[in-house]
Amino acid sequence: MHTLTALVASLPSDTIGPATETVETGTLLVAPLLVGIPLLSAALLLVLGRRTDRWGHWLGVLASSAAFVIGAVVFVNMLGRSEGSRVLDVDLGNWIDAGAFHLNAGVRLDPLSLTFVLLVTFVGSLIHIYAVAYMEHDADRRRFFAYLNLFIAAMLTLVLANSYLLLFFGWEGVGLASYLLIGFWNYRLDYAVAAKKAFVANRIGDLGLIIAMGLMFATFGSVSFDTVLGGVTESTSQATLNGIALMLLLAACGKSAQFPLQSWLGDAMAGPTPVSALIHAATMVTAGVYLIVRSAPLFNAAPDAQLVVVCVGAVTLVFGAIVGCAKDDIKKALAASTMSQIGYMILAAGLGPVGYAFAIFHLVTHGFFKAGMFLGAGSVMHGMDDQVNMRLFGGLGRYMKITYITFGAGWLAIIGFPFFSGFYSKDHIIESAFVPVEGAPWRAWFFGSVAMLAAGITAFYMSRLFFMTFEGEKRWTNKADGSHQHPHEAPKLMTWPMIVLAVGSVGLGAFLNAGNKFVDWLAPVLGHPEHEEPVMPVPVIMGLTLALVAVGILIAWRRYVASRVPVVPPVGTSLTRAARVDLYQDTVNDVLLVEPGQALTRSLVYVDRTAIDGTVSSVGRVTVGLGEIARRFQTGYVRSYAASMLLGLVVLVIVVLVIQI
Amino acid sequence: MNAATTLTLVQSLSETGKTSTGEAVLFWCLAPVMVLAASGLLFIKKAVHAALLVITVMISLAILYIAQGAVFLGMVQVVVYTGAVMMLFLFVLMLVGVDGSDSLVETIRGQRWIALLAGIGLACVLVGVVAKAAYDVSGFTPEAVDNNPQGIAEILFGQYVFAFEVVGALLVTAALGALVLTHRQRLTPRVGQKERSDARVAAGATLTPLPAPGVYARHNAMDVPALGPDGRPLDSSVPRVLRIRGQEADAQEFAARIDRVLAGGSVVAGKQFGNPDVPDAAATEEST
Amino acid sequence: MSLTHYLVLAAILFSLGATTVLLRRNAIIVFMGVELMLNATNLTLVTFSRIHGDLTGQVMAFFVMVVAAAEVVVGLSIIVAIFRTRRSASVDDVNLLKN
Repeated sequence: MHTLTALVASLPSDTIGPATETVETGTLLVAPLLVGIPLLSAALLLVLGRRTDRWGHWLGVLASSAAFVIGAVVFVNMLGRSEGSRVLDVDLGNWIDAGAFHLNAGVRLDPLSLTFVLLVTFVGSLIHIYAVAYMEHDADRRRFFAYLNLFIAAMLTLVLANSYLLLFFGWEGVGLASYLLIGFWNYRLDYAVAAKKAFVANRIGDLGLIIAMGLMFATFGSVSFDTVLGGVTESTSQATLNGIALMLLLAACGKSAQFPLQSWLGDAMAGPTPVSALIHAATMVTAGVYLIVRSAPLFNAAPDAQLVVVCVGAVTLVFGAIVGCAKDDIKKALAASTMSQIGYMILAAGLGPVGYAFAIFHLVTHGFFKAGMFLGAGSVMHGMDDQVNMRLFGGLGRYMKITYITFGAGWLAIIGFPFFSGFYSKDHIIESAFVPVEGAPWRAWFFGSVAMLAAGITAFYMSRLFFMTFEGEKRWTNKADGSHQHPHEAPKLMTWPMIVLAVGSVGLGAFLNAGNKFVDWLAPVLGHPEHEEPVMPVPVIMGLTLALVAVGILIAWRRYVASRVPVVPPVGTSLTRAARVDLYQDTVNDVLLVEPGQALTRSLVYVDRTAIDGTVSSVGRVTVGLGEIARRFQTGYVRSYAASMLLGLVVLVIVVLVIQI
Repeated sequence: MNAATTLTLVQSLSETGKTSTGEAVLFWCLAPVMVLAASGLLFIKKAVHAALLVITVMISLAILYIAQGAVFLGMVQVVVYTGAVMMLFLFVLMLVGVDGSDSLVETIRGQRWIALLAGIGLACVLVGVVAKAAYDVSGFTPEAVDNNPQGIAEILFGQYVFAFEVVGALLVTAALGALVLTHRQRLTPRVGQKERSDARVAAGATLTPLPAPGVYARHNAMDVPALGPDGRPLDSSVPRVLRIRGQEADAQEFAARIDRVLAGGSVVAGKQFGNPDVPDAAATEEST
Repeated sequence: MSLTHYLVLAAILFSLGATTVLLRRNAIIVFMGVELMLNATNLTLVTFSRIHGDLTGQVMAFFVMVVAAAEVVVGLSIIVAIFRTRRSASVDDVNLLKN
């Protein structure tokens, strides 16, 4: 409890209690259009169908760009306001009014949601433009853009909601969009199965969110952010708060592919590459981080749950990093790195006020460089006839210069190369992890070391990915039909988004970090964290991290540039073999969940067949048997019936007589 | 049995609760006959005999009714039951076929014993009940017996007039019902004289009457076939019965000469009858 | 001799009629058994009418006769109709209820 008191006391006053203004007039009233325009576009594309095949993709790009423009307008307006009046609500009227449950739908405009709006719409628009070219030869391009717009609308609903229920609405929406997009090529069975897997894993998380909402309603009497987050006081039961926080964490794990619900993300690479870039790298999977950061007051008051959050983040961080080292599929390696990077964010979010802003900071920079790298991977696949095996790449840097450079920018950003975006954001997280926690000195050392070590591993596997793809001698062979591979640069529609994202990868971190700009911008929501000193001096941490990164790059260089890369994967150590199959996560899931579930189903079916059906059909059989006996008396002869009638009459008369006498 | 006898029979009842000796004698004469006749229904083979037995029972019943002072009902019993109902039975027996006598072998297993058990049981129960009961006998006054039809009429057309009308309607309905039930729907077109003749023409039968026997023959008896214009005997001219019995006369015997004629006719072409080389008076005579 | 004899006679006739219905296969004879039962009932009605000195019993017997007449008409036409379609007057052949 003493930590709780300390944390609550340490929070700035403006994060607690309703400090929300309601917007009545002005430019901010356009905010609902952020959701409306992409949603309308998606509806148009789906309803009008083939008639929009010729121009549908451009409508999708337009809708997404329009959302970005509106977001920018709102952002400029927001910049014009004083720091104290940057948390705003646009009320959309009464949504649900059932008994004791009242809920107004509304758009929450504050620095946190706006950060997401800008990230989602900007990266989203770039990926829309990229997809115009990438999906050019797909007959269903129009449907693809409808889904993309649906995703944008749902994601914006998620981040702009002013209550958990509306957030859940968007939450489900992105789940649906993700399902539709992973299974976009659902004529392939394994892709359809991957979509189903993602959907089921997300459902488990959704259950957590539903339970959390139920607990909130029971505890605070509402599910709106103002009531719930403003209602957390010292008197609120610690068990309830931990329960809510853990359920929210479960939801975040499902959506953000955190341990133990991480298994779907690798399979989600079945979707077209722009989907992987947009949904499974830059935006949707970060929704879990958003949920935790948004619920900051709740988590601050539940330190036990926070510890779980940190643990989950750390486990996933290492897990993703190890898996990333062993994957030969370029997209799956990137997916593992996504998992790992989101582990960083969750870890930061679990650290409390010192980490929230850095979690979001890393989220934004990661959104840029990971999207850039995924688009780069898409470009490589475009040039290599959809080949994804990195062992069959090599030396591609000479053939696709723009991809090489932009991907390189992303690579340097993600490994935290000095002065690239990732350097600033990741370094802050590692420093925050080293900040001592009162009463538990081991935590700072443990989680700090894990975060630092993971940075080294990240450097290794990302360098491995980069070197195997772009450096070394070429290992690609002839195509299946015997013709020569001709790696070539992607069209301009694809390269320009990559260039823009690469610029972001290079400069965004430095720009936002300068003068603590980003942390200050988020302050109206997350407060100004007091600066706390890590257990080691910051330059030491930075030095050690960079040293580990350098070691990682060096090992990768030696193994994948200086020596030959075998085309057939070597047997490897047992750890490598385990990492290739995602550290047996599917096996574990199968053994722990799927097989017991199937066994349960089978036993239920068995019980149903034998006990229930048996009962029912034995009732039937008994009836049939009785009928069989009764049938013998039903001769069909009138005289038999008459005889039984008369006998019955005689017996009846005798009975009456006997009774009377 | 006249009204006076009935009167005396009934009169004694009102005093003693017992019937008169005359009525007792009548009862003891009729009752065994009725029981025997009724039992006959169980084993008599021919339905017509069964009907006659039932008629016996019914007439006896009519007599017993009159003996008990129900003069009107006794008459109605005779008219309705023996006169109408049993006659209807006999009509139907005619329709269905009187010659078929029933087999008394039981086909349903156990039915005979069940039926006898039920019948005897019923008889025991009923007899037991009616014999055990004590009756406060009041009987009819002689005037009531005398005016029996009037008394019934008063009740029938007074208290029960509606029931009477309803029963009348029931009878009419039953009559209509019988019409409907026995109505046979014509499934094939009606076959009349025209249709029959058309059918015969279509079948290619001989349209004209068959030739009479003995025509142009030397012998004009029924069993001698007629001779055709070509002198051949026509078998169809002899009545069918004679042909079937084999009593047909040998046509060749009478047509032997024709063979000769035909044999000659085949030598000289253009001559139908007779041969100039072999003059034959009879042939010439016949041909002219 | 008391009037009970009439009732006993009626009971015996009724039982014989009932047994006839159960034993005989010829529908017409079965029908005669039914008629016999009706007549036995009439005898009972007439006897009770006499016992009570009330003519209503005879009126009832009269109604029974009329209804019996109607019943005979319909019943016999049913027998005729069945005979027409099945060429049989046996009640055992009318066993479509079987199975």
